[in-house]
Amino acid sequence: MKLLAKNESLCIGCGECEKICSKTYFKEANQEKSAIRVIDSKISVCSQCGECMDVCSVQAISRDKNGVVRVNKKVCVGCFMCVGFCPELAMKMQGDLLEPFKCIACGQCAKVCPTQAIYISEEA
Amino acid sequence: MDVENYKLEHKFLKEYNYDLKPLDKGYTDRTLYINVGNLDIKEKPVTPLMKDKFIGGKGFGLYYLWQGVTESTKWNDPENEIVISSGPVGGITQYPGSGKSLVVTLSPLTNMPIDSNAGGYFGPFLKFVGFDAIELQGKAEKDVIIIIDGTKGTITLEEAVGETIDTHILGEQLTEKYADNEEDKRNIAVISTGTAADHTNIGLLNFTFYDVRRKGIRLKQAGRGGIGTVFRDKHIRAVVIKCAGVKGNLNHPVDQLTLNKTGIKLHKEIHDLDNSQNQMRKIGTANIIQIMDQYDLLPTHNYKFGAHKDTYKIAPEVFIEKVTQNSPDGCWHGCSMACAKAADHFELKTGPYKGQKVTIDGPEYENAAGLGSNCGIFDPDAILELNFYCDTYGLDTISFATLTAFVMECYENGILNKERTGGLELNFGNQEAVFELIHQMSKGVGFGKIAGLGIRKMKALFEKEYHADPQFLFDIGMEQKGLEFSEYLPKESLAQQGGYGLTNKGPQHDEAWLIFMDMVNNQIPTFEDKAEALHYYPMFRTWFGLNGLCKLPWNDIAPANNKSTDEPAKIPEHVQNYVDIYNAVTGKNIDKFELIRQSERVYNFQRIFNIRMGYGKRVHDKLPYRAMGPVTVEEYESRQERYDSQLKEFLEYDTTGKTTAEKIKVMREYRESQYEKLTDAVYKRRGWTMDGVPTVERLQELGMDLPELLEVVEKHR
Repeated sequence: MKLLAKNESLCIGCGECEKICSKTYFKEANQEKSAIRVIDSKISVCSQCGECMDVCSVQAISRDKNGVVRVNKKVCVGCFMCVGFCPELAMKMQGDLLEPFKCIACGQCAKVCPTQAIYISEEA
Repeated sequence: MDVENYKLEHKFLKEYNYDLKPLDKGYTDRTLYINVGNLDIKEKPVTPLMKDKFIGGKGFGLYYLWQGVTESTKWNDPENEIVISSGPVGGITQYPGSGKSLVVTLSPLTNMPIDSNAGGYFGPFLKFVGFDAIELQGKAEKDVIIIIDGTKGTITLEEAVGETIDTHILGEQLTEKYADNEEDKRNIAVISTGTAADHTNIGLLNFTFYDVRRKGIRLKQAGRGGIGTVFRDKHIRAVVIKCAGVKGNLNHPVDQLTLNKTGIKLHKEIHDLDNSQNQMRKIGTANIIQIMDQYDLLPTHNYKFGAHKDTYKIAPEVFIEKVTQNSPDGCWHGCSMACAKAADHFELKTGPYKGQKVTIDGPEYENAAGLGSNCGIFDPDAILELNFYCDTYGLDTISFATLTAFVMECYENGILNKERTGGLELNFGNQEAVFELIHQMSKGVGFGKIAGLGIRKMKALFEKEYHADPQFLFDIGMEQKGLEFSEYLPKESLAQQGGYGLTNKGPQHDEAWLIFMDMVNNQIPTFEDKAEALHYYPMFRTWFGLNGLCKLPWNDIAPANNKSTDEPAKIPEHVQNYVDIYNAVTGKNIDKFELIRQSERVYNFQRIFNIRMGYGKRVHDKLPYRAMGPVTVEEYESRQERYDSQLKEFLEYDTTGKTTAEKIKVMREYRESQYEKLTDAVYKRRGWTMDGVPTVERLQELGMDLPELLEVVEKHR
C-alpha cells in the first residue's frame, strides 16, 4: 500500500511540505489548503486507513489500485462526515469548497522535505 | 426479490412542463399544486407572508390546508389536502438530520390537522427540483401515479394498472422503472403506502431512499394520524420524484462556510462521544428499551405496567445482532447520527410474502416497545416481522401497537371474546393472533377491519354493540383527540402527562418528552417550572418541523462540556448551531429567542385551526386515566408500596384498613386535580384563555393577528 510515511523526530517544522502541497492542488501557498499539516512538529497526514470509506454513505471514497484512498468529487455530496470521523484528522475542508480533500501520496512534499521526515512508503 | 413477477403498467393521463431554476437562500419561492380529481396542475408563488410567519415545512402545510378546507370539511372530502414540504434549511448535506419531509392533512382519526414527519429523500428532492411544497387535492376515479422529473422539468400523471400496492414491492418497482440505470437509482425517491391503508384509519406514508450500499430501497415513515389512509382515499398509488446531481450548495445559502464548519463540528462530536452517550450509530433509538424498563416507564400490557421480567429478550443487544452490515445509516446525506437500522435477508414466516427474504428497517424504540412489551410480545423476530408488515401494508406501527394492546385488554376483560373477534384469541402475548390481525387489516376483513378504525371509534362501537362500560373504555383506551398514544408510560410524570395531553395533534412525544427531566432528575418541580418546560420544549421542537430538520441530533448527543452550561437540558451549544445554520442558509439574523417566536406563530395557528374544526379546547386536552394513574386493582396492587406512600406523603391519607378501590378513588381525585392545575399553568404561560383559546393580545404580540384567526378566536372567547 502506498502512503506518505513520517518520521516526526526529523521534522524541523519548515513548512515546505505544506507550501508545495497547496501550490500543487490549489495554486497557492496556504497552509489551510494543504493536505499535510505540521503543527508543533506534529505531522498530520492521511494514513490511508480507509475508515472514511465506511463512513461515506454515497460511496464517493474508494481505494485505488495502489491502495491510496481517494475522494471522487463527482459523486461526493459534500456532507463532510469523513472530515469529522477521520481518526487522524487528516481529511480536510477548506473555506466554502464543496468537497473535502486529502493526501493522495503523490510524493511532492517528500521531494522537498529537507530532512526526509516524510517519505513515500510502498510496503504491503 | 424479483420485481419482474409483479406487473406494472401505466396509462398516460397528463403532462405539465415547468421551468427549472436554482434555489435562493433555502427557498424555491414557488409551490406545486396537483388536483388528482380534475387533473389541474399549477405553480403558486411563495409569498413574503408565508416565509415570515410560516417559515416552511409544517408551517406551509398548515397554511395551505387552511386555505383548502372549511370548518365542515371531512378527511375523506375531495377538498382535503395532503401537503408535503421540507423547509428552508432542509436539504443541506452538512448538518446531521437535515432531510425531513413534513406532511399535513385532515386526519381520519382526529378530524383535524395532523402533522407527521419522515426521513428519506423526497423533501430535499422536491426543493431541488423546484418546489417548496406540494399540495395534493381532489380524488381520482382510478389509481394514479404522479411523477415529478426534475431532470426534465416535467410532471406526469399516469393511471396505475396492476395490483401492486404494498410498499416494499411498489417502491422497488418504481425506483427500477424511473431510473435510467443502477447509478441513477440514488436519484429516485418514492412516496407510497400499502394495502392496509385502504381498509383502516391508521394508514401511513412510506418515503423511500435508495441505499447504494445495500442496493435496495429503504423506507422511512410519516406514521401518525392516518395520512396514508387519506392518500389512498384520493386514489393516489405513489408519488415519484427524480432529482440528479445533489451537492452541498443546492440551497444557495448565503454562508456556505458556516454550514461546513457547524456540520463538521457536530460530526466530530458524534464521532467522539456517541459511543459513550446514546449509541445511536450502533443501535438507534432502540437503545433505551432497558432503561425505560428499569425506570418503570416501558409500556407493558396496554400501559398497565412499566416493566416486565422478559424485557431482556428484546434488549438493545438482541437487536444489535439482528441489524446487519454494521454500517450506520442516515436517512439523508450527512446524517452522522445515523439512527436508521436494517435487518437484511430476513425470511418472513407469515402472510402473503411468507418465505420472501426482505430488508426490514428498524426497529425503532417505538416499534420494539409498542409491538413488543405493550402487547406482551417478547420475541424479537416477531417484532421485526410485525414491523415489516406495518411498513409494507402502510400501517402506523404506533397506532397499530397501541390499539392492539387496547383490544387485548378488552379481550382479557370479556368485552371482546372469540365470537366477537372472529376466532382471534387476543390475549397479551399471543403473537399468532396479532399476525392474523395485521393480515386481516391488509385485506379489510374480519376483526382487522374493526380494529383498524382506531381506539376512539372502537370504544363507541364496543359500548353500542357490546354494552361495555363507557367509563372503563375511556380509562383504558390510550387515545386522546382520536390519536393513539406513543410508547411511553406517563403515569408517574405529571409533566409528561402535559407533554402528551396539551399538544396540538394528540399524544405524540415529538412535542415534549419531559419524563427524565421531571421524574428522574427532578429539574422541574413546581407547576410554573413544568409550565415553562411545556412552553419552551414544544415550541423549540416545533421549529424542527418548520425547517425540514430532525430532532434527534439536537439532544441525542451532547457536547462534552454540556453539563457545565446554564441549562443542560436545552443543550445550549446545539441551539446556537440551529440559529447559525438557519441564518447561514437564509441570510436572516435570528437569535434563540426569535427561533421560539417563529414556532409560537405556527403553534398558535395550529391550535386555532383545531378550534376552527370544532376541537382544540380544554375539554379535548383531557387524558384517559390510564395515562395518569392506576385504573384497576391489579395495577394499583402491582405498585402498592409506591402508591400507598404517595397517598401518605402528598395527602396525609391514612391507608390503614382501606380497600384498594377506596385508595384508587382518592389517588385518582388527587392526580386528576394535579393535571387540571398543570393545564391552568400551561395555558397561562402560552397566552391562552382557561378554555385553551389563544388570546387576541397574544396573537397581536406574535404578529399573528390575521383576520381569519381573529374571526375564530373571537367566536370562542
